[in-house]
Order: sequence, then C-alpha cells, then structure tokens
Amino acid sequence: MTLVVNDLTVDHGSIRAVSSVSFTVPTGQLATIIGANGAGKTTLLRALSGLIQPKSGSATWQSNSILNQPPERLARAGILHVADGKSVIAELSVKENLSLPTLWQRDKKSAKSSLDSVFQIFPRLAERINQNAGTLSGGERQMLAIGRAIVAKPKLLLLDEPSLGLAPLIVEQIFQTIKRLQTEMKLTVVLVEQNAMSALKIADEGIVLNLGKVVAVDSAQKLLNDPAVKAAYLGF
Amino acid sequence: MKLFDTFLTGLSTGSIYSLMSIALVLVWRSTRVINFAQAGQAVLSTYVGYEIIVRTNSFWFGLIAAMIAGAAIGALIDFFFMRALFKRVKSGPIVLVAPVVATLGLLGIIQAITGFIWGLDNKSITPPVTTGGFTIGDRTLPFGPLNLLIVVAVTVSLLILAIIFQRTNIGLSLRASAFSPEISKLSGIKVDAIRTFGWALSGAAGGLAGILFVSNSALNPNAMDVLLVFGFVSAVIGGLDSLIGAVAGGFVLGMAINFAVAYIDTQMIFPTTFLILILVLLLKPSGLFSRSKGRRD
Ligand SMILES: Nc1ncnc2c1ncn2[C@@H]1O[C@H](COP(=O)(O)OP(=O)(O)OP(=O)(O)O)[C@@H](O)[C@H]1O
Ligand SMILES: [Mg+2]
Repeated sequence: MTLVVNDLTVDHGSIRAVSSVSFTVPTGQLATIIGANGAGKTTLLRALSGLIQPKSGSATWQSNSILNQPPERLARAGILHVADGKSVIAELSVKENLSLPTLWQRDKKSAKSSLDSVFQIFPRLAERINQNAGTLSGGERQMLAIGRAIVAKPKLLLLDEPSLGLAPLIVEQIFQTIKRLQTEMKLTVVLVEQNAMSALKIADEGIVLNLGKVVAVDSAQKLLNDPAVKAAYLGF
Repeated sequence: MKLFDTFLTGLSTGSIYSLMSIALVLVWRSTRVINFAQAGQAVLSTYVGYEIIVRTNSFWFGLIAAMIAGAAIGALIDFFFMRALFKRVKSGPIVLVAPVVATLGLLGIIQAITGFIWGLDNKSITPPVTTGGFTIGDRTLPFGPLNLLIVVAVTVSLLILAIIFQRTNIGLSLRASAFSPEISKLSGIKVDAIRTFGWALSGAAGGLAGILFVSNSALNPNAMDVLLVFGFVSAVIGGLDSLIGAVAGGFVLGMAINFAVAYIDTQMIFPTTFLILILVLLLKPSGLFSRSKGRRD
C-alpha cells in the first residue's frame, strides 16, 4: 500500500529530464522531493499524474500501475496533482473551481460535505466564494488549488511547489495545513519544493534530485542535518 | 421609417450570423480550431432537414432533424478526425496549420458529397409562415412572420445555450475544459468527451443557422460559404472566445451590413464586412466584447 517508483526515466524530446529515478513512499507518509531549478521535479510529478508519458520504468500506487493512464482516471482514483503556479482557472469563480471534482462524483451529499470541509480548512475561500479565481491573491489561489484537490477526495496528493512566490508567513500556514491534511485525512503526500528547509521540517522523508537523478534519500530529519545537503540546498 | 425598417432587417440577419458565430466560437474556445468545415456541416445538416421537410411536409420536423444531424456530424468529426489529428500533431508550427488544412479539407469533402447526392442546383425550403412583410396601415415592412420566426428561434436557442453553460454541470465542464484542459483533467473531468459534446452543440447551432438561412434563400452545396464568412467576422468582433461576444458580434455585423446596404449601396455587403473586420483587428484585436480575466501577476 505505497507509492513505488522504480527506475523511472522521462524525456522531453532529446532532453532527459528524469533519469532512472527510484523511491518509495509508504501510505500515510509525507515525502518531499527537493532540488534546484531544472532538477526534474515537475517532470516527475507530471509523469506520475498521467500528464506525460515516461520513456521507461514503472510506478505503482497500491500495487496498480499508474503510468500511461489518462490523468482524469487517476484523479478519479484519488491521485490528485496540484500543478505549480497556483493552478486555478482564473475565469471561474472560487465555487466553480472547487466544484470541478464534484461534477463526476456520484454521491452528491458527500461532495457537498467535502466542499464544506474545504471551507473549514480555508475560511478565506468561503468569504470569496463568488469571486473570480483570477482576482484572488497568490496565497488564496494556492489554497484554492489545494482545496480543489481535497474536494476530489485524495488518497495520494502530489503538490508542485505550493510555496512558489508566497510570503514566508503564508508559506508557513500552507505547510502547516498540508501537514494537518496528511495526518487528519491519512493522506500520502509527495511535496515537490525548492524551499527545502520548510519542506523537510514537515516531511517524513526527503528525496534529493539533481539533474534528473536521485542523489540522496533519507529521513527528513537526517537530511536536515546532513552537511552536504545543507550546503547545497538549505543555503547555509 | 427607413431607419426602423433597416433596424428590423438587421435584427433578423444578425440573429442568423450570431448562430453561426456561436457555432465557430464553441469549437474555437475548446480546440483552438477555426472550423472552416462548419460551412459543410451546416449545409449537410440542412440537406437532411430538407429531406425531412419534403417527406413530412413539416418545417419543424426538418428544423429539428437539421439540428440533430448537425450535432451528430459535429460529434463524429471530433471523435474520428480531430482527436486522431491532435494525437499526432502536438507541438511546433504544424499545430497552427494542421487544423486549418484539415477543416478546409473536410469542407471540400463534405461539399463534394452533398453535391454528389443532391446535385448543384438550388433547392428551396418552404418556410412555415409567409415570407411577406407585416403591414402597418398601407405600409409593408421588410420584416414579416418568417423574420420574426427566425429571431424568436435564435433567441430561444441562445437562451437554452446560456442556461446550459451557466446553470448545468455539463456547462461548467465545458467552460472549465475550454479555459484549462489540464486543470480540468487533473480535477477528473473527461475533457475529450466534453470537447466532443462541444462539437455537437456547435454542429446543432450550425444546423439551425443553416435551415433558417436557406428558408429565406436557396439551398445548394455552397449555400453556407458566405454565412461562414459572416459568422467568422462576427466571432472576431466578439473576441472569438466569448459566447456573449459572438452573439453581440453577429448583431453588430447584421446591423452594419443592412445599414450600409440601405443607406449607401447594395454592393456594400462585403466591403462593410471586411472594413469592420479590419477596424476591429486594428483597434481592438481582442474583440469589442472581451472582458479582462481579473488580476494578472
Ligand atoms: N516541455 C518541455 N520541453 C522541453 N524540455 C523541458 C520541458 N519541460 C521541462 N523541460 C526540461 O526538463 C528539465 C527538468 O525540468 P522540470 O520542469 O521538471 O524541472 P523542475 O525541477 O521542476 O524545475 P523548477 O524547480 O524550476 O520548477 C529541464 O532541463 C527543463 O528545461
Ligand atoms: Mg518545477
């Protein structure tokens, strides 16, 4: 009952973005993938959520292969990818953005209750329910993007740089919320981050990616104290 | 009085342009394809409607048949043709060119087929109401029961479309898939299926536009070519992406053409059309009715 990625290789044309990457995230754990610009983090997530086809390798979630499947099918199966860049539909209202995953849910009652639970987690969204998502602040948009994933009843949450472009205080809030979601909803989380320090603080495990390759896998605690990681990614 | 008369004819012409414009915008905003084949789809749908009218003697059955045929043809084109095309053509300049070539090719094929089946001569559709104008006192208006029927039919279908888009789940799926296919997919929406539905809606609008258009003129394989041009210019006036803009653009163009014809010369139809197109492209390329999407940073 885990996410198992084995020997995964992904190319963009002639560029190898992800090269023989292997790692495992046990159910209910929060793993963070850290690495510099261009390390291949986004590409890795996009392969896991079905947005791009990998060249080779395998990835399974709860023993089922998740590669080369349409993203909408994976989303319906509980694998939710929150893309980078505050991924909301600017032209739609907050409510409409949040409603997208309810459109295919059969059980309308539980869809409604998951909407309510998002408003509990992010009360700010409730206040802006009829506002166009394009008019939200960066932090609110990130909340909306994560909120939309929650409405879809995630089991595996793939988050791409939720801290991008946000003030430190907001980043702290978002990360605390992610931690809370992990424990309260028993989610498995893969958190891609440049903000290695903050990410490792809430993570159980850390995976360090460099130029498409895994260069370190360890408990988040150990990585936080690892001198080499500190020097390269934590900036002191 | 001339002013009022021209306004009325503008209303009736404009409503048909609106429909064609909507048909083009529906496809453009979900696929980024200017669907030249729509002129073929609409004409084929209209022939289907024509056959039903001949057989049942009912204009209304014909109208419904044309819309159903239009929806089916639209869905089939997307399902068997556009999907396959976009599976192969994904990036590079060819992405811009391929759909143009493909839909132009389809247009040629469909027109050849209709010509083969029905011949090139003009067929006429008998409208359900008289084509003459209403009379006020001793004056006959250039606007009669048929024009009224056209305006009402278009208004009703626009209202239905608006309800579908703003009030239903499938409408939200259509909007979301058009604005961001990727986010929609990641939210579990079957964007491909929704897109096919969009093509069906577009086809139905085209079929309706077609049968209303020829109820006032004549049906032949090329009957919709000019309508496609007017629909396209209307769509550009409206900003290509907006359904409300498409409707408004249709009426603006319908009015402009009728006024130019009434007050300047009957030769003014195409010069007016392209003058407006060029003015819009020069002065407000995003369309007269484009709204801003909110803050950008
Ligand atoms: N669509 C694409 N076409 C071609 N090359 C790409 C594409 N997307 C990414 N790449 C390349 O693949 C490599 C990995 O990119 P990726 O976006 O996965 O990195 P990242 O770790 O997410 O970086 P960042 O932290 O800046 O978001 C980079 O060298 C990038 O230039
Ligand atoms: Mg990235």
